Order: sequence, then structure tokens, then C-alpha cells
Amino acid sequence: MIRKLWPIFTRDLALLTRGAQGRGGAVLPLLFFLAVAMLFPFAVGPDARLLARTGAGVIWVAALLAAILPLDRLVEPDVEAGLFDQWALRGISEEALLAVRVLAHWLSFGVPLMLAAPLSAGLLSLDAQQLWTVELGLLLGTPGLAAIGVTIAALTAGMRAGAALGGLLAIPMAVPLLIFGAGSLQPDGEGGLALLAACSLVALAVAPFAGGAAIRAGRE
Amino acid sequence: MQECGLVATDIACRRGDRILFRGLSLSVRSGGIVHLAGPNGIGKSSLIRILAGLLRPYAGMVERTGGIALADERLALDGHQPLAQALAFWQRIDRAEPEQADFGLADLLDVPVRYLSTGQRKRAALARVAASGAPLWLLDEPLNGLDTYWTEQAQAAIDAHCRAGGAVVIASHQPLALEAVDEIKLLDFQV
Repeated sequence: MIRKLWPIFTRDLALLTRGAQGRGGAVLPLLFFLAVAMLFPFAVGPDARLLARTGAGVIWVAALLAAILPLDRLVEPDVEAGLFDQWALRGISEEALLAVRVLAHWLSFGVPLMLAAPLSAGLLSLDAQQLWTVELGLLLGTPGLAAIGVTIAALTAGMRAGAALGGLLAIPMAVPLLIFGAGSLQPDGEGGLALLAACSLVALAVAPFAGGAAIRAGRE
Repeated sequence: MQECGLVATDIACRRGDRILFRGLSLSVRSGGIVHLAGPNGIGKSSLIRILAGLLRPYAGMVERTGGIALADERLALDGHQPLAQALAFWQRIDRAEPEQADFGLADLLDVPVRYLSTGQRKRAALARVAASGAPLWLLDEPLNGLDTYWTEQAQAAIDAHCRAGGAVVIASHQPLALEAVDEIKLLDFQV
């Protein structure tokens, strides 16, 4: 099974990182994330104290919005091209495929966000301690965002206007991650990290099964 | 080649509110070819998907032995990749001895899949099926879009596969020039 999943993982990762035909890929969500962090100081003014107090929340909102961007190319193109059918014929379960895809999606979107976070922390004048908490929060929270993204992408694959609907569905599901992620940056908010990790684990545990059931139901 | 067989008993197929056909039984084993014939919309493609196990039949059951390879209207090759890489992806998963079937793709291996013509895409799908090493082929309209020469070549490849111990189910509205074909007319089972 691992032997069959490895080529699928490398393909998914290449496709999600570089995108098809050089379009899409991991760069777009990353630029979007940085653009939001850059816009915010323009909107609220250069008051460093205000920025430092609200900046962490902005980073989390930006991360959530960046997670929504690649939703429509996470699952839909492969269902459309018949790849999931071919994998099913080879006895590879949808659950395994989606678990692999969550991992590939996280590597192509969560990790770049963590690399870009110091830059946006600078734009929002967060101090080193806050940046450290943001990085830790992103490490714990982005796997959950990736899992929610893949679940929603599988649910909306094959629907008309699936892309717009996917964004609308993902936002409420990601609210707990946002609350605990941003909350962990408040004074004495370290407990938020544990709850953030718990939410992530729930999303990770549910994603392969919910998404797999959605893909099978979509065949009918 | 590994032993293969497909037995479908008393299949009924429902799409939406309509029952397309019912009471259809078929069986094919090593060396056999079944041709599912009938006009558009009679349920040939649905039956192929039922036989593949991708669609639940409304009634009846399907038993399969041996690996299955499917070629339908979905190519299942990454459009942006050169044909050679797209086919190699499935070979890395299947790790099978490819069958010696020539679909005239040698000149096209460096062409991205999305630039292939209709007939070339069909040949690429057949090449993917032949390379999978699966003994049981399910082919949905395998000859659509092929010119006269490649229609003959494709049928020769299907014939060779059966002689080597494979089995093939073909859904096609076109007449086939294959010998010893078990033809099933879906019209006979229409509700």
C-alpha cells in the first residue's frame, strides 16, 4: 500500500507546490497571506501598539483566507479527470488518498505560511515572543486548516459553483482554529495552543473519512 | 497471465428516476470478449461502471476475479505533463510488465497530454490499460475517434490480449471486427 501511495504523494506535492503549467501552486496563497498582512497597517494606521495588539489576529485571518484560495484545485480536477476512479480500481481507498492529500496540502501551504510569518510579524510590529507563539500556533493550526480544506474540497467536487461554496463552507468550520489560534496570543493565552492542537487533531481525524465518503457518494 | 473472470447476475441500473435496463446477466472469463451493444443512452457506460464496481447496481450482483483496467471518456492522465511522464505515473503504481502493444505513441511521448487529439487521447488511454498488467479490460467506446488504421490496430491489440489469457468487455455502438465476440444487446433488457 505504501509502495502505491508514495508515487501519489510525490505527484500531489509537486502539483500543489508548483501548480499545473506553472499556474497556481503554493506561491499564490503565500503572496495573498503577505498582502493581507501588508494591507492591515495601511488600513488602521501606523500606531505600533495597536498593531502589536491586533496583529496576531490579523495573521490568523490572513492564514485562513490563504487556506481558502487553493480549495478548488485540491480534489475537483482529479475527480474530473477520472484519477480517483482509477485509484479505486487498483484497490487504493479514498481515505488513504485523502490522508496523503492532506499531508501534501499542508506541506505546500502550511509550511510556506510559517516561513512567511516572520515577515508579516515585522509588518505588524510583533515582538519576538509573540512571533514565537504565532509560529507555534501555525505549526499546530495549519494541519487542521489543511484537513478542513481537503474535506470541503472533496464535498464540493463536481458541484457547480463549488469554488465559491467551498470558501463559504470552510470559514465557519475554521472558526474554532481562528479563536484558539489568535487567543493563544493574548496574555496568559498559552492554554489556547492546547485547544488549537485539539481542534486540529479532530479535523485531521475526520477529514479522510468525511472526504472519502463524499467522493464515493459523488460517483452515484 | 493471472486468472480472471467477471460474472454479473440479474443487473438492473437506475439513473435518476428511470430504470435503464433490468435482468441483465453476463459472464466473461480468460480469453473471452463481450460486446455491449445498443444505441446512445441505453446505459452502456453505466453498465461498464457497474462492472468496474464504481457504481452500485440497482439490483443484482457482480463478482470479479483478477485485476481490472478501465478506459472510459476520462483519460486519467495529467494534462500538463508530457505523455511519457503521465503514463510513467501509473507504471510506478502498477509496477507491471507492460504488454507488447503498439499504439503509435512513440513520437508523442514528449507532447503534453492536453495537446493530444481525440484519437491520440484514445490511444493513450488504451496504452495505459495495456501497461497496467490487469487481465480484465473494461473499455467504454474504445474505437471512438480512431482512424481506420488505428481502429484495426486497437482491435488487434484487444485480440492479442485475449489470446494471452485476458478478458475484455467492450461497450460500443460501433460494430466490431473481432472474432468470437459474445454480443449483448442492451435493448433486449430495456424496461
